Amino acid sequence: MDDIVTEDLSKSYPSGWPGRPPFVALDGLSLTVRRGEIFGFLGPNGAGKTTTLKILLGLVRATSGRAHLLGEPAGDVATRRRIGFLPESPYFYDYLTAEEFLGFYGELAGLSRAVTTQRVDELLQLVGLGEARTRQLRKFSKGMLQRIGLAQALIHDPELVILDEPMTGLDPVGRKQVRDLILSLRDRGKTVFFSTHILHDVEMICDRVGIVMKGRLVASGRVNELVRQDHIQSVEIVCQHIKTEGNALIHSLATRVLQQGPQCLIVLPSPDAVDVLVGEIRRQGGRLLSVTPHKASLEDLFFHEAAQAVSRVPAHVTSGRVS
Amino acid sequence: MGAIGVIAVNAFRESLRDKILYNLVLFAGLLIGLSVLLADLSITEHHKVIADMGLAAINLIGVIIAMFVGISLVNKEIERRTIYTIMARPISRSFFIMGKYFGLTLTLLVNMSVMLAVFLLTLWLYHVPIEPSLFQAVQLMFVEILVVTAIALFFSTFTSSTLSAIFTLGLYVIGHLTADLRAMVANSEGVVGKAVVDLLYYLCPNLEMLNIKGQAAVGVSVAPEYMMLASLYGLLYAGVLLTGACLVFQRRDF
Repeated sequence: MDDIVTEDLSKSYPSGWPGRPPFVALDGLSLTVRRGEIFGFLGPNGAGKTTTLKILLGLVRATSGRAHLLGEPAGDVATRRRIGFLPESPYFYDYLTAEEFLGFYGELAGLSRAVTTQRVDELLQLVGLGEARTRQLRKFSKGMLQRIGLAQALIHDPELVILDEPMTGLDPVGRKQVRDLILSLRDRGKTVFFSTHILHDVEMICDRVGIVMKGRLVASGRVNELVRQDHIQSVEIVCQHIKTEGNALIHSLATRVLQQGPQCLIVLPSPDAVDVLVGEIRRQGGRLLSVTPHKASLEDLFFHEAAQAVSRVPAHVTSGRVS
Repeated sequence: MGAIGVIAVNAFRESLRDKILYNLVLFAGLLIGLSVLLADLSITEHHKVIADMGLAAINLIGVIIAMFVGISLVNKEIERRTIYTIMARPISRSFFIMGKYFGLTLTLLVNMSVMLAVFLLTLWLYHVPIEPSLFQAVQLMFVEILVVTAIALFFSTFTSSTLSAIFTLGLYVIGHLTADLRAMVANSEGVVGKAVVDLLYYLCPNLEMLNIKGQAAVGVSVAPEYMMLASLYGLLYAGVLLTGACLVFQRRDF
């Protein structure tokens, strides 16, 4: 069962000037998010992440294509009862106190007053704002606002949680709390779809990721699958008591050679040359300390896709802005 | 409470916590005080001056709140992006518009009630007879304010706050002049001029129909039929504008 399905989703904005082509924010984006998974939606600023989220929530109308959430067309009012949303850099009604704020969103979601009161208590504790329940949001720090924003997204216990850059503005402790919260949501069978450009968070918690560049989905799948598909491996070898200076064999095999006293670090671009290099170390009577293979990271893939996207996307797509 | 009620209560709460509203009520008090001062200076008709100034102050404050809070009702939500989390909830865009409108209406009702109470107190203190005509005038003022709020809300669904303010103020002024303009060009021979004024007359709200302050200040009441007709006209006009605002808002991208 897929909780989010988009098919050939496109959004373009008129340039405002006759004769100029429209600005394309999304260009045929198709993706699926399965029930109960954490899906990381990756992309640089202006790639179309927020536009996609806005279409899914019915805030923006797609120019063409289809989008379904929880089996219903995107923007369906009744379905929103089952969806929680946290926008990027949220600004909330700052004249409300934390508990009034959550109460307002609980009632908007159709919860009874009794249930709302109970959920407000639970969520304030969950996001660590129990002490600040009677404080107005205008007195909250950025991190506290992000946490109360998360609480409003969860107040009605939604099946699908959509978060736009949920780690923004949080310190390392806050980021870990949000990561743990997202993982606990998955443990309770919820689906989490979140956009981010912080790759480390994605690698740590996501079941699957999608990478969007210039309005197009350029890669999608499990992190380890994606990295394996298109990786550039390297191998680091640390050894002692060998002479690298003037050694043509070592310099022809290695991409980097660092000699510090008796110790030497040699970086090979692939594992193919490991045997040859180890043989050379032994021939010189050196001592092998470690052989560390480095798999390509999501970051490598991300930059690779970014470079590819720039070279293959038409000029009219690369200019302008994406909201 | 339904979604409209939740939005309305929140809009009302926002207005109450907005200090501008309190300042305006204070301003109304000062204006009423000024009317007393002017009445002391006038040799005759001081009853009329107090009633006149009081009614004018209530009207002015009401219209200012309706206009300036009205134009920011929707625009502020969009500019501050609070609309994202609201529209992600199971609430239709029309309900949101209606909720905002009723929230401001509630605020205006409370404000006008406070101003009316201050006004009546002033009249009582200065032994000015409290005529039923004064209540009629305030009732139609409230209807006018409902129309002005609807105008402001309508424009704010598709233009910036500045343009909404200009358009609302323009329509308010025209709304008070169309009847006079029509009377002026009635005998003119210019066909185009007459057609333009006729178009304005039927298109723009006839706010002068809701203005009975002059006669109310001297204690002259209007017929109940007129009150009903004028109120219905104002409510209908506001309803049409609200429907338009909902339709426009339905199609907006955020």
